[in-house]
Amino acid sequence: MTDEIIINEKTVWEILETVTDPEIPVLSIIDLGIVRKIEIYNAVQKPPSGGVGVFITPTYTGCPAMDVIRMNIRMALLENGFTNIDIKTILSPAWTTDWMTEEGKQKLKAYGIASPNSKQQVCTPGLFQEEEAVQCPHCNSYHTQMISRFGSTACKALYKCNDCKEPFDYFKCH
Amino acid sequence: MPITNSEFPITNSQLLITNQLINYTLHLADNTLILAQQNSEWCGHGPILEQDIAITNISLDLLGQARNFYQYAAELINQSTSQPINLLTSQPATEDTLAYLRDNREFRNCLLVEQENGDWAKTILRQFVFSNYQYLLYEKMQDSKDEALRAIAEKALKEVIYHLKWSSEWVIRLGDGTEESNQRINKAVIELWPYVDELFINAAYESALISNNISVDVASLKNLWMQKTKEIFAEATLGIPENIFAHKGGKQGMHTERLGYILAEMQFLQRAYPNSVW
Repeated sequence: MTDEIIINEKTVWEILETVTDPEIPVLSIIDLGIVRKIEIYNAVQKPPSGGVGVFITPTYTGCPAMDVIRMNIRMALLENGFTNIDIKTILSPAWTTDWMTEEGKQKLKAYGIASPNSKQQVCTPGLFQEEEAVQCPHCNSYHTQMISRFGSTACKALYKCNDCKEPFDYFKCH
Repeated sequence: MPITNSEFPITNSQLLITNQLINYTLHLADNTLILAQQNSEWCGHGPILEQDIAITNISLDLLGQARNFYQYAAELINQSTSQPINLLTSQPATEDTLAYLRDNREFRNCLLVEQENGDWAKTILRQFVFSNYQYLLYEKMQDSKDEALRAIAEKALKEVIYHLKWSSEWVIRLGDGTEESNQRINKAVIELWPYVDELFINAAYESALISNNISVDVASLKNLWMQKTKEIFAEATLGIPENIFAHKGGKQGMHTERLGYILAEMQFLQRAYPNSVW
């Protein structure tokens, strides 16, 4: 396997599609938009036989999933025959939910988590604001209410639906 | 004695800047680490589940910032030709050695963040005072000439906005709430106010880096901070204390007794069982 491997960027992107977020296993790290760049190195750039560089950015500064994700990226690439792997973290530009793929948003909803609204609405220090119309992932009602801006992970807020009465997680627009 | 080396005369100006940058980055890291550690004590003790989750989420954000700052500081220390920050260890600096193996006097956090959690009102007020400051600080730091600090600030600012909103709302809720909540937050104001001014007094390492546009001139943030505080306090029916004696020294390594207890608990494991991992 290692002898035959054709190192190109497309292969690496495809492999990374199989690496998922440990907290939200329906989302791949590509869906989340945290892989920012892939570099392929030749034998001169990275002796003796070249290698690959993966540049990732954290969703939230303290997200503990990042360590697991970094390890899983390495494992996935190793399993596919890559040996010389650099995983680098970049902070700027800062991650935003705008980078989440449409497919990712659909997967989130199917998993029972409301996907982030497409427009930044409450990212100012103004008080007691609520996002407009977060849709309940269970009954599709827009008649919902925020319970807490902080949820089970840094990226989610707690909501409840006033129609079907179910509580749900909302992946915060960030 | 492994005490801060910021006072020693250094002839090479580039080295001087690097040393001040290390001190400055450690100051930023220590502020966020100590507050994260303190807030995390609420885990399992919050007044209601949602708020327990909120305060520990804020802890996590702050810890993430601390890690970024410590990683950067470690990189600067290891590149620098000057003495390692902790003379007890000859190993290269890492985020962990900086957090776990430095002593009380080497920490450069402001005194505010090491104040006792007290009741919910005191924790809330401490968070509001700090988040309001941090919001203004990081907003300015996005223009820093230092690329690493700029990136950390840009990333963290979005999270600090949540902290500021949440803590502001709670200050209002408690101040303009019941007789008891009002009384408790008033007590918190009196207890914490002596530690506000220190945030806006530049330490030597801050002053030294202002002219190169690396550090933020914290003195310039005070008016904006006060404006926001007045706005929130007015809604919360709280008064702003005047002519209160201000304590300082934390940013230079002179701490209150409490920091020793915080560090003892936080550092115990790594001190007793060096290099142990999960």
